[in-house]
Amino acid sequence: MNKEKKYLKLSGLEPLIITPESNFINVGERTNVAGSRKFLRLIKEEKFDEALAIARHQVEGGAQIIDINMDDGLLDGKESMVRFMNLIAAEPDIARVPIMIDSSKWEIIEAGLQVAQGKCVVNSISLKEGEAQFIEHARKIKMYGAAVIVMAFDEVGQADNYERRLEIAKRSYDVLVNKVKFPSEDIIFDLNIFPVATGMDEHRRNAIDFIEATRWVRTNLPNVSVSGGVSNVSFSFRGNNTVREAMHSVFLYHAIKAGMNIGIVNPSMLEVYDEIPKDLLVHVEDVILDRREDSTERLLTFAETVISSVKEHKVDLAWREKSVQDRITHALVKGLDEFILEDIEEARINASQPIEVIEINLMTGMNVVGDLFGSGKMFLPQVVKSARVMKKAVAHLLPFIEAEKNGVSQANGKILLATVKGDVHDIGKNIVSVVLACNNYDIIDLGVMVSPQRIIETAKAENVDVIGLSGLITPSLDEMVYLAKEMERLNFEVPLIIGGATTSKAHTAVKIDPQYKNAVVYVLDASRAVTVVSNLLNKGTNQQYIGAIKEDYVKVREGFLNRSKRKEFLSLAEARNNKFKIDWDATKISTPNYIGTQVFEDFDLTKLVDYIDWSPFFRTWELAGKYPAILTDEVVGSAATNLFNDAKLLLARILDEKLLTAKAVFGIFPANSVNDDIEVYADSTRKDVNVKFVTLRQQLKKKEGIPSIALADFIAPKETGINDYLGSFCVSTGFGTAELAAEFEKDHDDYNSIMIKALADRLAEAFAEYLHEKVRKEYWGYDSEEGLSNQELIKESYKGIRPAPGYPACPDHTEKRTIWELLSVKETIGVELTDSLAMWPAASVSGYYFGNEKAKYFGLGKITEEQVKDFAERKNMSLEEAKKWLNPNLAE
Amino acid sequence: MEDIRNILKNKILVLDGAMGTMIQQYKFTEEDYRGEKFKDFHISVKGNNDMLSITQPEAIKTIHGKYLEAGADIIETNTFSSTTIAMADYEMEEFVYELNFESAKIAKEVALEFTLKNPDQPRYVAGSMGPTNRTASMSPDVNDPGFRAVTFDNLRVAYKQQAEALIDGGVDVLLVETVFDTLNAKAALFAIEEIKAERNIDIPIMLSGTITDASGRTLSGQTAEAFLISVSHIPLLTVGFNCALGASQLTPHLEVLAQKSDLRISAHPNAGLPNAFGEYDETPEIMANQIKEYLDKSLINIIGGCCGTTPAHINAIADLVKDYKPRLVESEI
Repeated sequence: MNKEKKYLKLSGLEPLIITPESNFINVGERTNVAGSRKFLRLIKEEKFDEALAIARHQVEGGAQIIDINMDDGLLDGKESMVRFMNLIAAEPDIARVPIMIDSSKWEIIEAGLQVAQGKCVVNSISLKEGEAQFIEHARKIKMYGAAVIVMAFDEVGQADNYERRLEIAKRSYDVLVNKVKFPSEDIIFDLNIFPVATGMDEHRRNAIDFIEATRWVRTNLPNVSVSGGVSNVSFSFRGNNTVREAMHSVFLYHAIKAGMNIGIVNPSMLEVYDEIPKDLLVHVEDVILDRREDSTERLLTFAETVISSVKEHKVDLAWREKSVQDRITHALVKGLDEFILEDIEEARINASQPIEVIEINLMTGMNVVGDLFGSGKMFLPQVVKSARVMKKAVAHLLPFIEAEKNGVSQANGKILLATVKGDVHDIGKNIVSVVLACNNYDIIDLGVMVSPQRIIETAKAENVDVIGLSGLITPSLDEMVYLAKEMERLNFEVPLIIGGATTSKAHTAVKIDPQYKNAVVYVLDASRAVTVVSNLLNKGTNQQYIGAIKEDYVKVREGFLNRSKRKEFLSLAEARNNKFKIDWDATKISTPNYIGTQVFEDFDLTKLVDYIDWSPFFRTWELAGKYPAILTDEVVGSAATNLFNDAKLLLARILDEKLLTAKAVFGIFPANSVNDDIEVYADSTRKDVNVKFVTLRQQLKKKEGIPSIALADFIAPKETGINDYLGSFCVSTGFGTAELAAEFEKDHDDYNSIMIKALADRLAEAFAEYLHEKVRKEYWGYDSEEGLSNQELIKESYKGIRPAPGYPACPDHTEKRTIWELLSVKETIGVELTDSLAMWPAASVSGYYFGNEKAKYFGLGKITEEQVKDFAERKNMSLEEAKKWLNPNLAE
Repeated sequence: MEDIRNILKNKILVLDGAMGTMIQQYKFTEEDYRGEKFKDFHISVKGNNDMLSITQPEAIKTIHGKYLEAGADIIETNTFSSTTIAMADYEMEEFVYELNFESAKIAKEVALEFTLKNPDQPRYVAGSMGPTNRTASMSPDVNDPGFRAVTFDNLRVAYKQQAEALIDGGVDVLLVETVFDTLNAKAALFAIEEIKAERNIDIPIMLSGTITDASGRTLSGQTAEAFLISVSHIPLLTVGFNCALGASQLTPHLEVLAQKSDLRISAHPNAGLPNAFGEYDETPEIMANQIKEYLDKSLINIIGGCCGTTPAHINAIADLVKDYKPRLVESEI
């Protein structure tokens, strides 16, 4: 008798059971940083009381679940999620309802699941990154005890028609129910609510396809629920709430009848279905249900009467009496092409050059369009119409412009557009593409999920004038930052424009702009793209334009940096006072058996095989799991085994044919610390300082009794009079890698080309491990009794540490220069440092040896400007240069 | 030995009573607690009842024996506080594996002895996993409601260690009990699921919450039904309540479980509420009489006692249940 009673049951402090008789379940949406600017601001400013008030208001207002989302490029999403959920747990009037943990980052979802005593909803997972990850996340969610929203999304992309929604929902359901044994009643599908009435034909069926797919899912996939974010459907009518409210209720009316039982809806943006005026209802319903060819046009026209009922409705040609500029502007704003050629022709005759009509008259009009759209007074379809008028005008002008230029046809510029890696949202980007194309730009649209390499290569090959990046989900922000860095590294000069729902001026200014010294411009919306691009490409004035933007972004950055700081820091003096204390009188320091430098010119690679840590090798190939368990893993086991066999084959070849050469240099020297520096002495008299290592000290405020560590703390201070020592090393197994890789590539064997590099990296790490052991047991000999297995070595169970510059304990790469000087690395073994202080060959490892048994790994964390200044002085470096190298560690 | 899952279909099983109450009667001194193994331990350990499994194993065995003699089908290991988190008070974190392993071993030995004596009544051992003395859903600091003294991961790791040792020591069932914060319990259940997957075993789990106030909520604020939903993702042998209020006040909450759940139900209430001296003074007869109400309403599959109960209480309960059929779960109706 219990079979059919599989209902979705959730809980906060109180239960929420969703049965067929339940009314539509309304999810509160205001505690979402992506959806509420106010909430975002409160979280950023740490006004948690006010943020909690928003949550409380939602629950009091009838939200039965509250959606919490902290995905913002400028927030620590995980920390904010945990903090806010913990605070909610202390408020019984909020905590009584279940929580929807909303994030595109798994780590944030998992952190949320770990602080909820009730049964939550995870929002969301999908097949986007493939079945293996989908299964893994679903398994975890099941263990934590939560329901899950599954997005209609797969490896190919987001479902945007009826068939794709069914296909993905069915496949997701089968995987969850059959493979994961996920309770079917705990599955909620989000079948993607997209905007209608955008003016684009392919969006016309967006609402009706959702509704019909909902009907199918509820009929064919037992026990599941269907949910969605309703406000999306009316996106193109931003600014016209009367129409939006009507669209929401019409959409819900039909979607609920089809089986949608949960939704994210702002109750204040919802008209009562029966109270929608009849004429508006007909127009809206035509659009939602795609009942007429011209339903969008009709609703647009009708929408204007709704906005302002005093507006006159007879055809008014008074605007024809105005100046030519006003007429062109009017035609663009209203999307009227009836008189445009006439007006353009008039403007052309008056202009000294035909190009001026585009640059002055049409641009003036488009700027007005951009401002109106930006302030919500125009809607997307209208902008697309404006663009069409523009295109018509430009087409008329082109022959004249070409005639002036002796028949050379020329577009205004070549624009590369791409949605960045990992992201598939492209509505906005496609619109930008239309609008720019209408304005006589050549568009190279690379589509979605475009790797940075492809963007870079295409930009070079096609010699583009501007690169435009788009993204909707928060991880895309990091991709954009990365691309900006790459462009800088490769000495690009073309402007970079940034757009998409998740981007912002603040993020662009704070995170992207500093990465690229040429122009970086945030584009608020599609209509502004033309203005921005034309300004960027105007040879006469673009430097001034770019300068003004850079200056503006500096101001934005400063404003951001001056906001109330979350992290508390110790002053440098306080931090030094709180150093890691070692009782030097009681510490045994072994005098090294060997002092000085030693070189291995051609080390026997076979000795390193047992020292290889294979787990990172699998990570390189994006297989998740630990070696050797990974070889029998249910999901990736067979792939891992095949890969491992291939790796062993190539490794055998490397060893047999001596394809790679391993070299190393290391040294152990008398050393003492002086404050935060480590002095390395020329000889045992300790009179002459050979080189000085400059270490950095933790400054983040910690709990009472927890020291603020610097590497120098692990070396006896000079004033103790105790003779201490420091080691340093560089190993490389990369000699020969590049040649081998090139050989493979010549045969189009990318697989082995990557494999050889991955193996060389593993061998280098193994060499570092091997050499460290030799040093501990023999050369230094402080740990001669040690007998650790390979597994224990990997876990680093031995005494002493081997930190490497550029890693958490010593993130400063410039110390490598000191190591190179101390050991004559380049001269002895030929490993070189690039300008950015990367080692070449790449399969190299360098670092220090600290022998003290108290020495341990730590992360430096953020440091303050005070220490950076001090560091710069100690290094004889300009403050500017110091900041450049320490950028990731600078406190904001 | 018959699988406890099968026995439960036909019979109400009796769980034992309080361990603490019985230990008190021994009036152990600091030296007794320390025994030989901990004679030089650096801090006072008196009151750390769980360590008596190592230092006074005979006493613990005797107590187990008394409960089995009284008719208990299931005895609980003496490990209520044997996690690194709860043992931190006594600085005995490093002995946690040993505490659980030895306690399980002792209990299993005694249970086996009784099973061999009378194979018609197989006796089982439930590994007791208490709530620890920290809560993952609430802040101990009134000025900082967002603060937490323990995280899910801390609890998961500690519980995993405890459960592994209990299983190694031979328990038949794991009993996650006196749950005052569902999030703590979810961490314990998560840890057990990990072990089940890693070892490919299917050890039954009993889960028992505690309702601490008259409003009918757990300490962390959940209603009985919300508690039930929050743990519904794990296959459980039984769900139930223990401790806190006496038997009579537990009835409405057990009724909620019976109505809302298709699981078997357990209860092990206190012998009433403590009096002004912190003693429990409901007699075996009074308690049995209250438990009769559960049985008349067919609410119960496993019944026993918590604080203040003695072998006499358990004996009275065991006599009572002989005449009753267990609660049937709906799938069997």
